[in-house]
Amino acid sequence: MSIQRRTRDQIAARVARDIPEGAYVNLGIGLPTLVANHLPRDREIFLHSENGILGMGPAPAKGEEDWDLINAGKQPVTLLPGGAFFHHADSFAMMRGGHLDICVLGAFQVAVNGDLANWHTGAPDAIPAVGGAMDLAVGAKRTFVMMEHLTKSGESKLVERCTYPLTGVGCVKMVYTDLATIEVTPQGLVALDWADGLDFDELVRLSGVPLRRA
Amino acid sequence: MINKIAASAAAALAGVRDGATVLLGGFGGAGMPDELIDALIEHGARDLVIVSNNAGNGETGIAALLKAGRVRKIVCSFPRQADSHHFDSLYRAGKLELELVPQGNLAERVRAAGAGVGAFYTPTGYGTDLAKGKEVREIGGRMYVLEYPIHGDLALVKAERGDRWGNLTYRKAARNFGPIMASAARCTVAQVYETVELGGLDPEIIVTPGIFVTHVVPVPRSGAREAA
Repeated sequence: MSIQRRTRDQIAARVARDIPEGAYVNLGIGLPTLVANHLPRDREIFLHSENGILGMGPAPAKGEEDWDLINAGKQPVTLLPGGAFFHHADSFAMMRGGHLDICVLGAFQVAVNGDLANWHTGAPDAIPAVGGAMDLAVGAKRTFVMMEHLTKSGESKLVERCTYPLTGVGCVKMVYTDLATIEVTPQGLVALDWADGLDFDELVRLSGVPLRRA
Repeated sequence: MINKIAASAAAALAGVRDGATVLLGGFGGAGMPDELIDALIEHGARDLVIVSNNAGNGETGIAALLKAGRVRKIVCSFPRQADSHHFDSLYRAGKLELELVPQGNLAERVRAAGAGVGAFYTPTGYGTDLAKGKEVREIGGRMYVLEYPIHGDLALVKAERGDRWGNLTYRKAARNFGPIMASAARCTVAQVYETVELGGLDPEIIVTPGIFVTHVVPVPRSGAREAA
């Protein structure tokens, strides 16, 4: 059986499974925004948006967009009943003050010690942009990463040490990829589950870093 | 009688000098004081230092200010956007200085300026390139970076309603940086869609009290704004 890589939606659904009732959650721009579509309907989960929203709801119907009500990716969203608006210093106090339970971020690389690189490739012609990533990475109680396991050229994004500029030091707790779900523990990386058709030894080989089974 | 409602945006901005540090509210297009930025371009001040979350997109707001060649330096968290072409080309040509600041540090540095805080230690950015050369300290077993306030000569913010004492309310997520930037500049100009009589704003919901506001500029509500 060939490897059944998880689709982006399947990764998002796997992340959503680990978000409990009552959690305050920030979903980073890009891939992590997909998680919102997979949150179990029987759980009440509070979505935070860095630009001053708690209780963020799904995208509005076409024609109902309100450009004063956008998410961190500047796309129109809605507010759930019970939602609230606040200014930027309060919004980042929620992160830095440790009030958010979970943030989900994309990544270029995650190191075995939980170091995260996701804001800059360091390429000389690249325009750097950091946004709220550094605040989220160190502020949320638990930082989840959602990413492709391998780069386009087949290199593992799980690394001994990040070669891209760091976003945060030792901050990542969980990594969700198209190949596996991996927990970052003080004793190293632990694979919790992996894609159908992929055997554990192959996962270790592709990852290029030490991995243990749960 | 105190009346902070200005005759025009031009009148409110008459005192702006070349080289001024200008705090601009807004996150993407939401809360961006486009009409006041147009008036700033019209005013002609140059060598400006712009402090805002983004570095402009499309042809309006900060992008228009950049295109007009009025900006020496921009302090922001997220300059790169799909249509930030004016920023991109000036930056790549070496004609624009960029100070990249993590968004929460940007907000807190502005808040600190408004609150009279001399500096603060933040965990954000510790161990990264954006904290290089900055003083660090271990507090309670955690590492922190020392960050300094960002004071503005001028703040331009977009609010929803205002009164002649300068009290302001905002609309939805267009609030974003407005309230903290209003507090952090020597002169704060707020554009509003509606002015009301004193007492017309419920004191329980005033977000920016008038003490932080120098001038209020009424602007007409334009049609539905296009996507940022």
